[in-house]
Amino acid sequence: MTATLVDAVRAARETGDYQTVLESIPYMKFLGLVVEADEKGPICRMPGSDHIIGNPVLPAIHGGVVGALLESTAIMHIMWSRESLHVPKIINLTVEYLRSARVVDTYAQAVITKQGRRIANMRVEAWQADREKPVAAAHAHFLLPREDA
Amino acid sequence: MDVDPKSLTWGDKMGMMLASGEGQSKALGLSLESCTRERTVLRLPWQEKLVGDPTARVLHGGVITTLIDSACGFALMSHLEKLADIATLDLRIDYLQPAVPDQDVLAGAEVYKLTSSIAFLRASAYQTDGDPIANAVATFMLGANAPKYQTKRG
Repeated sequence: MTATLVDAVRAARETGDYQTVLESIPYMKFLGLVVEADEKGPICRMPGSDHIIGNPVLPAIHGGVVGALLESTAIMHIMWSRESLHVPKIINLTVEYLRSARVVDTYAQAVITKQGRRIANMRVEAWQADREKPVAAAHAHFLLPREDA
Repeated sequence: MDVDPKSLTWGDKMGMMLASGEGQSKALGLSLESCTRERTVLRLPWQEKLVGDPTARVLHGGVITTLIDSACGFALMSHLEKLADIATLDLRIDYLQPAVPDQDVLAGAEVYKLTSSIAFLRASAYQTDGDPIANAVATFMLGANAPKYQTKRG
């Protein structure tokens, strides 16, 4: 298990392809996340599917899953920006739910608001068809892993 | 075996609703541990596929987020004793310590203030009672997706 994540990060440093990193993290794979990067960092896409639904009447994606997408995107951003071999630990997370998230592809991208030696403060936004109309946003703090590579 | 619906408590109905549920609750295998008007507790069985840090085999924070959000939703419906049209406005979670691998996680939630349009909740996730792995506060909107029910003004 350990070797898998570390190997995936080492390979991603060479290729720039962080999908293998993502897929070595079981829960991100469980959500079906797909990662691509632009110059600002990773964009995670969560495909709409039945198993992420929270409200079957609307239907809408489970609010917790939207939170999980935001957190996962922040984690991928830190691993991408620091080329980290370890998963940063989440300290706290505040999610603001702005619009009902329909069961379609949802995207998220993070920015590091402030990075110290030990702590990163992150802002993450999730959107669907229109990036100008985010469905949710989050603030989060992460404890940065001590690198031992 | 037929069950007389009148003999079911609200907690029984909520448990059946969760058990027959679709979507993420089913995918995570959530079950209702206990349910009163004052407090609702959900159980998440530990599963390898929910790990967020494969090195330490710690559950992903997002799983805890979903468990807590679900517990808050069920706690609010149990408090109201109806299948209300609710939506999470805001959810803030402190992740106090990592979940211990191979152990189920429980999440308890309670409504501590209710207004005509907003509910304020507290929740915590734990594996050992009294030793939380995450604490949370949440606000939910009532009548979120049914503007036709919001006509009673003044």
